[in-house]
Amino acid sequence: MSTLTEAPPPLVSAEPAKKPPRKRGRFTPYWLLLPGILWLVVFFALPMIYQASTSVQTGSLEEGYKVTWHFATYWDALSEYWPQFLRSVFYAASATVLCLLLGYPLAYLIAFRAGRWRNLIMILVIAPFFTSFLIRTLAWKTILADNGPVVHTLNTLHILDLTSALGWTAGDRVLATPLAVVCGLTYNFLPFMILPLYTSLERIDGRLHEAAGDLYARPWTTFRKVTFPLSMPGVVSGTLLTFIPATGDYVNSELLGSTDTRMIGNVIQTQFLRILDYPTAAALSFILMAAILAMVTIYIRRSGTEDLV
Amino acid sequence: MTTTDNSGDVRLSGIGKTYGSFTAVHPLDLTVPQGSFFALLGASGCGKTTTLRMIAGLEEPSSGTVHLGDQDVTHLPPYKRPVNTVFQSYALFPHLDIFENVAFGLRRRGIKSVKKQVEDMLELVQLGEQARKKPHQLSGGQQQRVAVARALINHPKVLLLDEPLGALDLKLRRQMQLELKRIQTEVGITFIHVTHDQEEAMTMADTVAVMNAGRVEQLGSPTDLYENPQTTFVANFLGTSNLIEAEVDTRSGGDIVLKAGGGKLVLPEARCSAPATAGGKVLVGIRPEKISLTHADDAGAIPEGRNRLTGRIVDASFIGVSTQYVVESPVCDELAVYVQNVERDGRLVPGADVVLHWSPAHTFGLDAAQDIDAGVETVEEEAA
Repeated sequence: MSTLTEAPPPLVSAEPAKKPPRKRGRFTPYWLLLPGILWLVVFFALPMIYQASTSVQTGSLEEGYKVTWHFATYWDALSEYWPQFLRSVFYAASATVLCLLLGYPLAYLIAFRAGRWRNLIMILVIAPFFTSFLIRTLAWKTILADNGPVVHTLNTLHILDLTSALGWTAGDRVLATPLAVVCGLTYNFLPFMILPLYTSLERIDGRLHEAAGDLYARPWTTFRKVTFPLSMPGVVSGTLLTFIPATGDYVNSELLGSTDTRMIGNVIQTQFLRILDYPTAAALSFILMAAILAMVTIYIRRSGTEDLV
Repeated sequence: MTTTDNSGDVRLSGIGKTYGSFTAVHPLDLTVPQGSFFALLGASGCGKTTTLRMIAGLEEPSSGTVHLGDQDVTHLPPYKRPVNTVFQSYALFPHLDIFENVAFGLRRRGIKSVKKQVEDMLELVQLGEQARKKPHQLSGGQQQRVAVARALINHPKVLLLDEPLGALDLKLRRQMQLELKRIQTEVGITFIHVTHDQEEAMTMADTVAVMNAGRVEQLGSPTDLYENPQTTFVANFLGTSNLIEAEVDTRSGGDIVLKAGGGKLVLPEARCSAPATAGGKVLVGIRPEKISLTHADDAGAIPEGRNRLTGRIVDASFIGVSTQYVVESPVCDELAVYVQNVERDGRLVPGADVVLHWSPAHTFGLDAAQDIDAGVETVEEEAA
């Protein structure tokens, strides 16, 4: 009995000393979130709301725009510019496939075969970022110039005859054709494909390759049945990181293309900055966003990567 | 048995592996007969896994040849060798379910109807229920059994096991040892098992090769290795040995008489692996459980003809079935003695003067030129 009555005092005295840090700790996560949330609200959520309201406004520059819930702008924009939408998706998809075809072997090489060259090759992959996007794209103008060595070689080998027949190039030039735009897109977004691919390939346990070999799989079968399926997370994130920005890109088409290769990005840019038709531009932006979201959702569902460890 | 099937024999001739200036495996010759359970035992870095990988084809030997039966497989890639491996930490394919993991080898060899075989194999390792789960949904012991099933389903001529039980806790490990032994007896395939656990090697294998620093120190049955170690490394690595430095006095009949700390020890000549010339040194070895302890007051009751040493108990630990004593003696600072707890003598407590005695037949002799502590530290490291 006496021990029971004596025991409480230390407990009571310990409690107030313990409480303050717990109380402070409870709010720490929110304080940490605050800067990020503020940033998102000011630079993402508010502009989105502003743009959404712009897209349903009517009026003119002189009289000013008013919200009239004019949803027809969406329909008008879509019916007028659907070829540019389709073209954007097609160019972006082509560039994504090219990036995958070029990037996968390189990522594989860096992950499994490069040895002590690994870091050097990684630097080379990232090196283009040290110069401006614009300058790199302009350089392609020189590379693909009508009297440059690339076009000359392609002409001599009659490759341009073939690509012209397919509608990728026109006559004996490459510049100002779909091929030039897709080349530019591929070049500019290639690192975004290689980096996630490399990350997921590098994570694969080398013993899985040995195990596959031990279980009678030849090298190519090992790749098909083990390496490639396990690199799917990298393939998915790489294609998304390439496809999404490529769809909305306008610089490559602007600098390497012509009026026949205008992508939706170019249309939006013109509407906003030259024609100053803000509602149409805003509506186009929303349609593009919705379309990309829909395609990406279907793609992620179909690829089933959430199942991979 | 009129015809002997030797297609599952593994013959290594002069096989060695060097990495630059480092020699992982010194050229060694080894024959593992068909149907045997063979263990390569050694501390980490002794070359046992490299040897196994050279048999699997995962490592190209720097010298020598590998034969399976009569076939030279030295330069065959792994996927052309009739051997399968159970990898350390299993290397199960994380994107395939258990069924597909087990079916992998069959499918690669173009076998279409795999269902029956896979189900039978999963039944053998008691995982029939788990067929559609992914590897990460299974426990360590279950993953281990999948790894065994995935290898065994191909009916390899030789099954290679690379520390397959290393990731399991002690109790499960003991259980899996018996399980693997059962499976081996059932399927009759040659098993080559790499391990650093001497108890595991001794309970499972018919033949054990003890490896140290890229060489095979000694090869034999577990009993043979334990009773007749040829080197200090084997004596210390397999169980515990008391090694006492002694001088050769005389030889009489089949025995060598030695002097150690004023006393006399007798060692059967046949159990001495060192050249014993009069005046030369040998290491006298005796296993702790072979020694009897008698209190100094009763020394007169010890029968004649037994090797005896005097000493004082410095430590005693009771561990249930036996009591382990550490005895300080003029010839050796720390002698280990394990006494079964049948009739405990209450006087045997730390500080008591005792006589240690044992039958000369249990004594073994080793070359004194060796490091007396070889193999001791490694055992402690693994136990920690």
